[in-house]
Amino acid sequence: MYTISGKLRTVAFVLMILGLIGVVYGFMTSHKSLDDVKEMLAAEHAGHGEDAVDTKAHVVAGVEDHSDNAHEANAIGALEDPASANIEHVGTDAHVNDEHAEHVQHLIANRPWSAIYVAALFFFTIALGALAFYAIQYAAQAGWSPLLLRVMEGITAYMLPGGLIVLAIAILSGTIGHYNIFIWMDPEVVKEDLLIRNKSSYLNIGWFAIRGLIFLTGWFLYRHFARKFSIAQDEANDNKNFKKTFRISAGFLVFFLYTESIVSWDWIMSVDPHWFSTLFGWYVLAGMMVSAITVIAMVTIYLKSIGHLPLVNDSHLHDLAKFMFGFSIFWAYLWFSQFMLIWYSNIPEEVTYFVTRFEDYQFLFLGMVVLNFVFPLLILMNSDFKRLPWFIMMAGIVILVGHYIDVFNMIMPATVGDQWYIGIPEISSMLLLGGVFLLVVFTALTKAPLMAKRNPFIKESEHFHY
Amino acid sequence: MEASKVIHAIYTDDDVLMAAVKKVSSAHHHIEEIFTPFPVHGLDKAMGLAPTRIAITSFLYGCVGLAVSIWMMNYIMIEDWPQDIGGKPSFSFIENMPAFVPIMFELTVFFAAHLMVITFYLRSRLWPFKKAENPDPRTTDDHFLMEISVNNNEKELTDLLRETGAVEINLINKAH
Repeated sequence: MYTISGKLRTVAFVLMILGLIGVVYGFMTSHKSLDDVKEMLAAEHAGHGEDAVDTKAHVVAGVEDHSDNAHEANAIGALEDPASANIEHVGTDAHVNDEHAEHVQHLIANRPWSAIYVAALFFFTIALGALAFYAIQYAAQAGWSPLLLRVMEGITAYMLPGGLIVLAIAILSGTIGHYNIFIWMDPEVVKEDLLIRNKSSYLNIGWFAIRGLIFLTGWFLYRHFARKFSIAQDEANDNKNFKKTFRISAGFLVFFLYTESIVSWDWIMSVDPHWFSTLFGWYVLAGMMVSAITVIAMVTIYLKSIGHLPLVNDSHLHDLAKFMFGFSIFWAYLWFSQFMLIWYSNIPEEVTYFVTRFEDYQFLFLGMVVLNFVFPLLILMNSDFKRLPWFIMMAGIVILVGHYIDVFNMIMPATVGDQWYIGIPEISSMLLLGGVFLLVVFTALTKAPLMAKRNPFIKESEHFHY
Repeated sequence: MEASKVIHAIYTDDDVLMAAVKKVSSAHHHIEEIFTPFPVHGLDKAMGLAPTRIAITSFLYGCVGLAVSIWMMNYIMIEDWPQDIGGKPSFSFIENMPAFVPIMFELTVFFAAHLMVITFYLRSRLWPFKKAENPDPRTTDDHFLMEISVNNNEKELTDLLRETGAVEINLINKAH
C-alpha cells in the first residue's frame, strides 16, 4: 500500500495556500474604477504614441458589446466611411472614451475569473482524459497496461471534484459575478444580440448547469463502478468483475465521445458564442488525452522512483511515451486542420477567432505549437530516449506547459482580450488547483494497493517487454 | 580459390533454434548465417547482430523531402510567379505557408518512406531477377538452418550441434 508522504502533503497545502492568497489578491485588484482605467489607458497612449488604428478599433468595439463579430462588423463599417466615422469620433469623443474605458474595465474584471477557470479546466481535462484512457485500456483488453490501472484510477479521482469546480466557476461567473466568462449569460447582451438570442434555447444558465451535471453524473458513475469492480476483482475467484468493467467501459466510451464533444461546446467554445467549429470537440479531446497520458507517465515515474511500482519496467514507460508522442501529433493535426480550414476560406464570421489570437496572442498562439508539436516530435522520436525516466519527465513538463497555454488560448482571448498577462492571478490559480489536484490524486492512490491482483492480464503486463 | 567448408545444421522448431544459437555462440563458434521461414523474435539479439540504422536514414530522407517541398513551393509560388490566386497572400513564403503544409507533409512522408525502402533493398541486395540464395528450399517452409564455418573442428562441431537438437547436420563444400 502506498502512503502519501508528509512532504508531498505539505507541498500540496503550501501550493493551495499560496494559490489562494494570489487568487484572492487577483479578485481584489481587478475591480478598477472607470477613472483608474481611463488613467491607465491615457498612460498607455502616451507610451505607445501613434497607434491610432488599433485604438479606433477598440473604441468601436466598446460601442456595442465585446463580441468579436460586432467588433469586426463595426470596424469594417468604420473603414467604409472613414470621414463620417471620424466626425462622429471627434464629436462624441468624451462619450466614446467612456465606452472604451468601460469595455477595458470589464476585461480587467474578467481576468481573475478567467485565470481560475483556465486552471480548473486544465486539471479537469487531465482527470477526464485519464478516465477515457482508462476505459480504452479495458475496452481494448490491453495487455501492457494493467500494472498502471491503479495509477490511472488515482488520477481519475480528481474528475468529479474538478468537474464540479469548473461548473461552479462557470455558473458563479454568471450569477454572483458580472458575466465574466460567458457573455451569453448576460441578459443585456442577449437582448441586444440576435445571434445569441437565437441560440438562447441552448445557451441559458439553467440548461447549461443541468447539462453539466448530467455529464458529470454519467462520468462519475462509470468511474465509481469501474473502481469498485477493479477492487472487487482483487479478492474474487472468477473474472466476473473484469467482464463487468469491460462492458461498462465500452458503454462509457460511447457516452463519453458524445458528452465530451458537447461539454467542449458548453464549457469552452461558448466563451465565443458567435463562433463555432465542428471539429472543436476532437481538438479538445486530443489536448486532454495528451496531457492525461503525460500525467499518468509522470505519476508512474514518481511512484516507481520511490519504490512503489517495482514491476513497471522501461517498456511500460516506452509505451506511455509513444502515446505522448502520438497524441501530440494528433493534437497538432487537429489544431492545424481547424486553423487551416478557417484561414484558407477566410470567412469573416469564422476567421475573427484566429484574427484576435494572431493580433493579441501571437507569441503564445504560435509558441504553443512549438511546445506541443515540434518539441515532442523531435524529442520523443528516438526509441532509446523514450525509455529514460528523466527524459520523459522533462518532455512531460514541456507538454503540460504547452497544453496549459492551449487552454489559455481557448478562453482568454474571448474574456480578457488584449488585457492578458500571465501574472499573479494566472499563476496562483494554477498553484491553487494544482495543490488540490495533487492532494486528491495522491490521497486516492493510498486507498487501494497499487497493483491490481487478479486482473486477467496482470501476468502479461508484468512480463511486458518491448 | 580454396574451398571452404561449412556445416548446415537443420532444426524444426524456433525455440530449439534459439537455444542452439545461444549454445553455439557461447562455445565461440562463428555463425555465418541463419535461414528461417519467418521472423524469430530475439534471434538478432541472440546472434549479437548490430541494431539496424534504417530508421535514422528514414529521418534524414524525411528532412530532405521537407526541404525539397519548401524549396519547390517557395520557388514556384513566391519567387517565380507570385500571382494573386483567390486572394491568397503570395508576398512571402510564411504568409502563404498553411496552404503549403499538406504538400510539405506528403513529400516528407513520400521521401522518408520510398527512399528508406530503396535503402533496404540496396542494403539487403534484393532486386528482380536476383538469384535466390536458399541453401535448402525447406527453409522457406518449416525448417530452420544454421550455417557455421568449419576450421578443422568438424567433429567437435558436429557433436555440439547434435546435442542442441539438430535434426540434420550436413557438411558442405562451398566453392567460392
